[in-house]
Amino acid sequence: MSTLAISVTDLSKTYGDRPVVSHASFEVPFGTICGFVGPNGSGKTTTMRMLLGLVSPTGGSGMILGESINHPERYLSRVGAMIEGPAFYPALTGAENLRVLATLGGFSIDQVQGLLERVGLGDRGDSKYKTYSLGMKQRLGIAAALQPNPQLLMLDEPTNGLDPAGIQEIRELLRTLADQGTTVFVSSHLLQEIEMISDSLVMLRQGKVIFAGKTKDLLLGQQPVIVAKCADPQDLPALLAIAEAAGHAGSVIDGAVHILATSDWAATFNKLCFEAGITLSQLNSVLPSLEETFFEMTGGE
Amino acid sequence: MIRVALAEWRKLRRPTLFLGTMGAVVLFTALVNSLLFLLLDSPHGNAREGQLINRSTLELPHGLVTGFSSSAGFLGLIALCVFAANTAQEYTFGTLRNLLIRQPKRMTLLLGKFLAMVSFSLVSVILSVIVSISLAYGLSGRAKVSTSAWSTSDARVAVIHAFINVCISVIAYGTIGMFLGLLLRSPISSISLGVAWLLVVENIIAAFVKHSGRWLPGQLMSSIASGGDINSSYSHGLVVLSAYLALSGLIVGVLFKRRDVAN
Repeated sequence: MSTLAISVTDLSKTYGDRPVVSHASFEVPFGTICGFVGPNGSGKTTTMRMLLGLVSPTGGSGMILGESINHPERYLSRVGAMIEGPAFYPALTGAENLRVLATLGGFSIDQVQGLLERVGLGDRGDSKYKTYSLGMKQRLGIAAALQPNPQLLMLDEPTNGLDPAGIQEIRELLRTLADQGTTVFVSSHLLQEIEMISDSLVMLRQGKVIFAGKTKDLLLGQQPVIVAKCADPQDLPALLAIAEAAGHAGSVIDGAVHILATSDWAATFNKLCFEAGITLSQLNSVLPSLEETFFEMTGGE
Repeated sequence: MIRVALAEWRKLRRPTLFLGTMGAVVLFTALVNSLLFLLLDSPHGNAREGQLINRSTLELPHGLVTGFSSSAGFLGLIALCVFAANTAQEYTFGTLRNLLIRQPKRMTLLLGKFLAMVSFSLVSVILSVIVSISLAYGLSGRAKVSTSAWSTSDARVAVIHAFINVCISVIAYGTIGMFLGLLLRSPISSISLGVAWLLVVENIIAAFVKHSGRWLPGQLMSSIASGGDINSSYSHGLVVLSAYLALSGLIVGVLFKRRDVAN
């Protein structure tokens, strides 16, 4: 049996002459959380729609849970999804909306209350959907996605509209699901969240995959930065000059000098500063965050 | 398909929709039957377009369901609205993607929804026939219409025929509504276009173009509901209407199966 929950090869979608997704290839192993990131309009939602059988690819192939994406009926009973925000019937209650989907999917109606409680809507299930806040709608969408007790969960911007506590709850929920063996494929523009929870990443830009692999591999592959602060802020230009004289580019950001250099050079830099009569108040080596890496790779989009 | 139909019924049975629709059915049926019996001796007529259905006609076995048959157009319009709105709103609410994730076989989804709405319409027709027959008996005394022929076996056959014909007509209206809903993907547009065509455009064409009633879907549905009329024989109506519905079913079936769900 394949160890991959998702595997796509050369997946493409073109509307007229406009390519929306172009030869996308990536894999998501079972039981992991995979972040799906890219600027607006980069093709994330279209890719997810193709994986769910909502949109027909114009090229390429894909496998979900070992089945071809040309036959979504073979795997969708094991997949939970929320694509492009929650969508429900406004005149029905939250619970009734879930019952509609449970009846349709052949799931037990009895699970509805449990699902509502799991996403923090236990006491609002009997309220009409049209009275829900954006965060509550989002929670209901996640509850609907959890209905089939999915092996694969695909969520498109699940934390939209949630407050910080809600975001943390969802993060913990996704981690718990992954620990229980559910594969989670999640897109989000909150890159800090993605960095915190994802084991692997697929990064899209203009419909093309520009990175697919483990998150730590992406970050480790980036140029590390030495961040230095001095006791007297007036010495910052001198710090920069020392770094540049040693052949390392740098810049001053938020009262600190950021120097493109490996951590090995930090000791040398400290010595050079001491010899120049500059006292450092902070010196550390950091890897760029996912957000910084993302902006660098997507050209600041 | 049964699961789809049951899921659809969860939406159809919500009180505002179900009771509102059935209330409209009762209202229209009562109105048509009341006018039929209470204006029996009016020189301005007591039926559609000022026609006069006289006492001796009502005293025949099929007189029991004359009002019911005359209500078919209203029942049809209600069905058109329900079918069109319930189909098109899946696009406007964005709920179609949820449905297709839970039931990826698109034709199964479409047929299940159709089945649910047909059964919903059948409930409305059953309610209408009950109200019609009750009112016919209730108003017959006041209108001095003899009911002796209404309890014969011929009357029972007439009721069954009328029921079947009205069902066919109402389902045809609903199918047109569903066709428009899938085509236009907007409840307001599909209902507006459907009602405007059936109530306005067809009547204008029928008034100016001789024999056009033999080919216009709305005229044919009325003809079928009344078991055939001056526009078209019953069998001609059935054949032409079936062809229209088969063609529209083919078009929306192909569209629904192949169209990307991108909203």
